[in-house]
Amino acid sequence: MSDTVISVENLSKKYLLTHLADKREQLFSSLLTNKLKNVGSRVAGAFKRGPAQGQTVEDFWALKDVSFEIKQGDRVGIIGRNGAGKSTLLKILSRITEPTKGRITIDGRVASLLEVGTGFHSELSGRENIYLNGAILGMSREEIKRKFDEIVAFAEVEQFLDTPVKRYSSGMYVRLAFAVAAHLEPEILIVDEVLAVGDAQFQKKCLGKMEDVSTKEGRTILFVSHNMEAIKRLCDRAFLLQSGRLIYEGSPSQGIDSYFADGSGEDCADLDQIIKKLPSDPAFSFMKVSLSQNKHSVGKFVENGLPLEIEVTYQVFEPTVGLRVFLDFYDDQGTLLFRSFHDEDNTGMPTMQPGKYTSVVVIPEDTLAPIRYELRLNATIYNVRTFYSEGIPIYLNVERSGKANRAYPSEPIRGKLAPFLPWQTIQV
Amino acid sequence: MDTTTPSHRLVIEAGRAERNYWRDLWRYRELLYFLSWRDILVRYKQTVIGVAWSVIRPVLTMIVFTVIFGKLAKFPSGDAPYPILVYAGMLPWQFFANALSESSNSLISNSNMISKVYFPRLIVPCSAVIVSLVDFLISFVVLAVLMLWYQYIPSWQIIFVPLFLLLALLASLGFSLWLSALNVKYRDFRYIVPFIVQFGLYVSPVGFASSVVPEKWRLLYSLNPMVGVIDGFRWAILGGDAIIYWPGFLLSTGLTLLILYGGVKYFRKTERIFADII
Repeated sequence: MSDTVISVENLSKKYLLTHLADKREQLFSSLLTNKLKNVGSRVAGAFKRGPAQGQTVEDFWALKDVSFEIKQGDRVGIIGRNGAGKSTLLKILSRITEPTKGRITIDGRVASLLEVGTGFHSELSGRENIYLNGAILGMSREEIKRKFDEIVAFAEVEQFLDTPVKRYSSGMYVRLAFAVAAHLEPEILIVDEVLAVGDAQFQKKCLGKMEDVSTKEGRTILFVSHNMEAIKRLCDRAFLLQSGRLIYEGSPSQGIDSYFADGSGEDCADLDQIIKKLPSDPAFSFMKVSLSQNKHSVGKFVENGLPLEIEVTYQVFEPTVGLRVFLDFYDDQGTLLFRSFHDEDNTGMPTMQPGKYTSVVVIPEDTLAPIRYELRLNATIYNVRTFYSEGIPIYLNVERSGKANRAYPSEPIRGKLAPFLPWQTIQV
Repeated sequence: MDTTTPSHRLVIEAGRAERNYWRDLWRYRELLYFLSWRDILVRYKQTVIGVAWSVIRPVLTMIVFTVIFGKLAKFPSGDAPYPILVYAGMLPWQFFANALSESSNSLISNSNMISKVYFPRLIVPCSAVIVSLVDFLISFVVLAVLMLWYQYIPSWQIIFVPLFLLLALLASLGFSLWLSALNVKYRDFRYIVPFIVQFGLYVSPVGFASSVVPEKWRLLYSLNPMVGVIDGFRWAILGGDAIIYWPGFLLSTGLTLLILYGGVKYFRKTERIFADII
C-alpha cells in the first residue's frame, strides 16, 4: 500500500453538449436573419446560466466511476476504442482539466507526453526549440543544458540544429520532439498515442527508450496506444476503457482479447444466429457451421496442438458453374493471412447440381499461433459474384498446446502463424 | 528510504483550490522567461532590420505625437521641451497598451500548450506583459538619449521611476488577467480590446498634461488607472515642471490594486475550465 503512486477513486468527467433545437437554417438569408434575431437573446443569455434560446443541452459523461490503483514501477497500458475516454483520463491525471466527480492522489512527479512537439515554434531553430520544449515540459535550464548533447544524439539532427524547424522533414521534427521528452526524469511518465507518428524505426527507438526508463530506472509508466504489439511488449498491466468506464483490469494479453471481443458472437451457438440473419440469395444458402477438435465441439478456446475441423453445410438451389466456398484467415490486427478454397484440388470447373452439401476442412495441428484469429466464411461464383459482402465471422482464441517451443515453456511464440517445419541436424 | 511523507503528494478533486499554485508558479518561473524569450525572438526572425525595430517604433511614435499635439493642436506644455513631455507620458502608455493587446489574445494563441501540458496558466499573460516591459526598457534608453539631445537635466525625482514602473506593471497585469481570461470564453473581447486601447489613448494624459483637465472633472478623470501612472512618470522625469494631483493619484492607484486583485481571483477561478473551452 505504501508504494501506491496513483490512486483514483470514482473519477467522473462530464461535458455539456449543446444542440440546436431548430435545424432548418438552410437558406443563407434565413440564416442571417436568425443570427441577427438571436444576438439580443444571446447577450441576455450570456449573463444567465443555462442554454440560450433554441438550444438544448445534453450531459456527456466522458468518464464514469473509474477507480484503480497504480504502484511504483508498474507499466500500465490503457486501451479502448476511439472515444472511450483514454485521452480524457490522461488529461485529468496531467492536471490539464478538472474532474467533475471523484478524487485522485498522486505521489511523485508526473511528466505527460500527450503530443510530440508541444510548444514547438516553427520559426525557431532546433536548438532554440529544445530549450523551449524542455522548459514547457518542466525541465530547468540547467537540466536542459546538461542533457543537450544526449538529446541531439538521440534525435540525430546535429547537422540541422540551427535551421528553423519549419524546414525540417516530418521525421526529423518528430524525432527531435520525442528526444526532448524522452530525457525527462519524472517518477511517473504518461504517454498518449504519440507513437502513431513516425516510421517503424522511430517507433522501435521510442519503445526501447520507454522500456529503459521503466525497467532500468524503475519508473512508473502509463501508456495509451492502439498498437497492441507495443502494449504487449512494454506493459505488465492493461486497463480497458469502454464508453467512459473501466471494464477490465489485468494482464495485457487478456485485455487485448477483451478489446477485440466486444459484442461480436464467439460461441458456435451464436453462429446459428448469424447464419439465420444472412441475406437470402436465389442460388446459395449457408445452413450450418460447426467447429470441433478431436470430435469435441469447440468452446471458448482452441488448442493449437490439435487439428481443428470446420464443417460447413450449405444448399445450392440452381445448377452453378464455378461455385467456390472459401475461408479467409485474419490475424489480430486485421491482416489477411491466407484464403483457402474448398476446391483447390480441382483441375476444372465442375457444375454443382442443386442439393445439400457438406464441406469439411481440417487445419492441421501445429500450424496456428496462440493469438486471436478472425475467420470469415464465404462463397462465390467464379467471375460472377460473391454471395455475402463480409461472410460469416468466426473468432478463434488459440491456446498454446502444440509442439512449438515445448521444451521452453516461457519462450513466447512469435508471429501470426506457427507452422511446424521439420528440421534435421547432424554433426559434421 | 523515507516513506512517511512523500515529497510530491498531489490531490486532484473537483472544485479543490490548488494549494500548491503559488509554489508551482515559482517552480515554473523559468518557463516565464522562456515564453517571453520566444515571443521576442520570433518577432525579429527573418527581418533585415531586426532588433532595431524596437528602437525605431517608439522614436517614430514620438515624432508623430510631437507634430500632432505640439505643433497642430498646440496643447500647452509648461517649461519642459514638448517632445520630452510627450515621450514621458507615452512611455508608460505604450507599455500598457502593448501589454493589453498582447496578453488579451495570449491564452488563445497558446491554446495548443494549454490543452496538452500542465503549467500554471498565469504565466501566459505574465509573459506577454514581460515582453512589453522589454520594449519599455528599450524605449527608456531612447528617452535618455532624447534628454541628452535637449540637454535636459532631470530632477532628483527620477529615482522614483522604478516605483511608477511597478505601478504601471501592476495596472497592466491587472487588466491583462481580466481580458485574457474573459477572451477565452467570450471571444468578443478580441474586438473590444483595440477599442479600449484607442479610447484610452484619448482619455489618458499622453498627448496633453493633466493640468489642462478642468477642476470639476478631475476626480472622474482620475478613475482611469493610467492617469496615476502617467502623471507619476511625468512628475518623476520632469520634476517641478509637472505636478501630481494627489487625491486623483491615490484614487487611480487604489483602483489599479483593486483591478489586479479581482483579476487574479477571476483568472484563477476560470483557469480550471480553460482546457475544456479554449
